[in-house]
Amino acid sequence: MTGGYLLQQMINGLVLGSVYALVAVGFSMIYGIVRLINFAHGDVLMVGAFSAFAILLVFGFPLWAAVLAVLTIGAILAMLIDFIAFRPQRSAPQVNGFITSLGVSILMQNLGILLLSGQPRPFNLPGWMRTNLDVLGARMTVLEIVTVAVTLLVLLGLTYFVRGTRMGIAMRATAENPLAARLMGIRVNKAIATAFALGGALAGLAGLLWAGRAGQIDPLMGFVPGLKAFVAAVIGGVGSLVGAVLGGYLLGFAEVLFVGLLPPSFGSYRDAFVFGLLILILLVLPNGLMGRSTEERA
Amino acid sequence: MLTLDGLDVWRGPSQVLHNLDLEVKAGEIVALLGANGAGKTSTLLTISGLLRPRGGRAVLSMDGREHDLLRLAPDRIVAAGVAHCPEGRQVFAGLSVAENLRMGAFLRRDGEVASDLAEMGDLFPILRERAGGLAGQLSGGEQMMLAIARALMSRPRLLLLDEPSLGLAPQMVDRIFDVIETIRGRGTTVLLVEQNAGMALEIADRAYVLENGRITLSGLAAELAEDARLQEAYLGLAPAGEGA
Repeated sequence: MTGGYLLQQMINGLVLGSVYALVAVGFSMIYGIVRLINFAHGDVLMVGAFSAFAILLVFGFPLWAAVLAVLTIGAILAMLIDFIAFRPQRSAPQVNGFITSLGVSILMQNLGILLLSGQPRPFNLPGWMRTNLDVLGARMTVLEIVTVAVTLLVLLGLTYFVRGTRMGIAMRATAENPLAARLMGIRVNKAIATAFALGGALAGLAGLLWAGRAGQIDPLMGFVPGLKAFVAAVIGGVGSLVGAVLGGYLLGFAEVLFVGLLPPSFGSYRDAFVFGLLILILLVLPNGLMGRSTEERA
Repeated sequence: MLTLDGLDVWRGPSQVLHNLDLEVKAGEIVALLGANGAGKTSTLLTISGLLRPRGGRAVLSMDGREHDLLRLAPDRIVAAGVAHCPEGRQVFAGLSVAENLRMGAFLRRDGEVASDLAEMGDLFPILRERAGGLAGQLSGGEQMMLAIARALMSRPRLLLLDEPSLGLAPQMVDRIFDVIETIRGRGTTVLLVEQNAGMALEIADRAYVLENGRITLSGLAAELAEDARLQEAYLGLAPAGEGA
């Protein structure tokens, strides 16, 4: 095994981890503010991918238009889901929201099959996005470089938003203590809608990147990234944005290295490995890498 | 400044406030006394718009304007000049001290937030010292000061204080009560909910006593402090004439 091979695998892990991180960070942000395990999050990614398909390949608009569209559509869709499905039962027990999110997820998948057919469609980004470039001796497509760069930029922007802006701090305050947040004059539903919008925009963007990577799209494509984002968020400590990013990259590297370093016959055990890793981490760190134990709030 | 008139408030299946009348005049410290579960916190939550009464009126009037609190959303009530420092402090534990204060000024768009932050640092030096630290790592008394300072950051005309002495060491309680008098001295009206009736009556102008959701006694604080019924019930003193 050469160093070049290892480097190539690390780069693959970085790319995969970036997409996981994008999805996981939104997932975790939504959990943090409404304590909702949102299984419909992956399906927002699916809708993002189909939107990109329509804009790029059906209507023939340029790539920047598709990027704007997936961000906008993802944000609006996620806010709409919150408004219709989750907001009416804000004061209900946590498990209700969880079951609702499963229902929303199945609904969206089946609507997709009904309206768009379950047949996978080829999704080909413009040729220049698929050109191979030489990076430190390893090969990366332009799409892969863009994926990593965009993810880092987005995460930096998000960090600035939640640390440095009035609405971002208000979102964190609401996640911490909704009652006190209301007493400050923060409109809790608006703060929650903001979290859904941001998470949805990132999921939509991840849909574009994921589809470009896979080369095909179908209405059930959101399930796997949604589940992986869930795992990444739990590994990182649900509710922690830094944790979700770390979890995403950790998961990406672990998967790629597992497939890349073991004989090919192990490849199909990839997901078993992922969940084994999850269980192992939670055994040692029950709150995930960055999670706080809930008891410390006194 | 604040007039509550015949409030009937329910929480779930049970009525927690019965035909409650209460008045706070501008510049006063008014104490609302009573045992656990008497309805003190429910009264404050109704004023802040977090509990909606089934009947009655709640009006905030100042500068010749009247605000019908029952028609205003909680954020509009804050904007109208009411700050509520809740029971149990409720600071944002995972946010820094400075961020907590900034959230107190969430609705303010004027340019004086920074100078008010500095003023809070003068009023509570420990908050300036710990500005970058997490609020959850402050001691109970420091968290109480942060909660009060956070409430003041909205520049309230009326401050609702819910059990500021709860769970604090005696010296800290003294500090907090000094601060309450300072706040009034700065022109903020205070409605103070307390179980510690003795301390509250020392600084209050007037007081109300709540029992099972009804006002059973009210009057000047100095007179209530001498009232035999109150002494018996809340100050733990024997009724007058039986020694002590």
